[in-house]
Amino acid sequence: MTSNTSLWKHTKTWFHRWGSPAWFYRTSGLIIPWLWAGFFLLAVPGLFWGLFIAPADYLQGDSYRIIFIHVPSAWQSMLIFAVMAGFALIGMVWRIRVAETLAMCCAPIGAAFTVVTLISGSLWGKPTWGTFWQWDGRMTSELVLLFLYLGVIGLQQAIEEPRRAARAAGLLALVGVVNLPIIHYSVEWWTTLHQGTTVSLLGESSIAPSMLWPLLLMVGAAKFFFAANLLSRTRNTLLVQDREKNWVRETVWGVKQ
Amino acid sequence: MNKLLVIIGHDLRLAFRRRSEWFQPLWFLLLVVALFPLGIGPQPALLSQIAAGVIWIAALLSNMLSLESLFREDAQNGRLEQWLLLDASLPALAAGRTFAHWLVTGLPVILISPLLAAWMQLPQAAMDTLILSLLLGTPTLSLLGSLGAALTLGSRQGGMLLALLIAPLSVPVLVFATNAVSDAASGFIADTQLLLLGVILLFAITLIPFAIAAALRIHLQE
Repeated sequence: MTSNTSLWKHTKTWFHRWGSPAWFYRTSGLIIPWLWAGFFLLAVPGLFWGLFIAPADYLQGDSYRIIFIHVPSAWQSMLIFAVMAGFALIGMVWRIRVAETLAMCCAPIGAAFTVVTLISGSLWGKPTWGTFWQWDGRMTSELVLLFLYLGVIGLQQAIEEPRRAARAAGLLALVGVVNLPIIHYSVEWWTTLHQGTTVSLLGESSIAPSMLWPLLLMVGAAKFFFAANLLSRTRNTLLVQDREKNWVRETVWGVKQ
Repeated sequence: MNKLLVIIGHDLRLAFRRRSEWFQPLWFLLLVVALFPLGIGPQPALLSQIAAGVIWIAALLSNMLSLESLFREDAQNGRLEQWLLLDASLPALAAGRTFAHWLVTGLPVILISPLLAAWMQLPQAAMDTLILSLLLGTPTLSLLGSLGAALTLGSRQGGMLLALLIAPLSVPVLVFATNAVSDAASGFIADTQLLLLGVILLFAITLIPFAIAAALRIHLQE
């Protein structure tokens, strides 16, 4: 029991330490290079395998290779919204500024992944479906997701005071994450009523292992890419916000107070 | 409860003294719907096919435009701080304010919807469903818009931003409502969609007032 409570205490102090911008700045600086290493370690073989070694699809030819960008960024774009809402909730409950900043820094990265998903999807749609855009359920909800991300960014930028902006936009992210499943199912239902999906994404057969492995590598690479970007972005934001504070002078300019 | 009624009564009295508050959204709604036959062409077959979507999108737009000033004046003259000091729950007060706003801007839309249906050549069979869908759907839109108004209180530009935030969140209401009306227009039973609209409304009534209160608190704390 005692060891249990001390473990809990350790976890709690560890957790609270992350709430200090100075600690966050220093520790994330140590982690970021490893995240980039993880990204390259997965992305380089993943891309090479996917683009050159994996066999061409018997239906779609080489155009299916967009999958190695498209699917990882699609999954990532949805995951980031959940991460953003999670940080916003932590920020709201415990009033931790680092968490609020992390949530706000998720939004532009998530929006970028959503844009990549939409563009790569329509580039893939042209040769396989014969059209750049189809009001298919998944495409429509991805588009709505982009609008939700833009809403969070827009609200944050419209409010002058940074903490109030982060809190308001974080609340919007929480509302969005509750609403997202409803939006997704309503849109899915809307398309099934109007017209059946004409082409299923992966053709008739389930995906072959020779295509699955590079895909999984790229999915992992997207996670590392996101984490590295999120930490860098948050560090920079904290530096700008705290430019008058002592810890910034000490860590950046080396001025001892 | 008493304070809630006082707030609703106060808002209603204010709205009736400033006629533009409830008249302009309605005017806007009529204008937007009238633009469609002008822009697309007056063929009855075409109009009746898009009637549900046009009426609903016009209702959505006029709702969002009318909500921008929902809390603005009270935030500027300090009444909002008084709300916090009141011995009443902030979510309930926010819900009361939203309800008063719906009475002033949502209810007239429903009352005028037969005229819109006639303009858009909506089949007679879909009339009941249109009114029911508006009855179940517009309160949700008002709640979402009220949340948007509370969130954008501290921002420099109000109205446009509110529409940008709220429109994506209104997608489910729009989808189910227009689906219900066009199903009814083509002779199907639209109970499922109406029930789903009701579920969304219940969900919105129970949760969104708390989000509005949280947004107001974010604005008020220094």
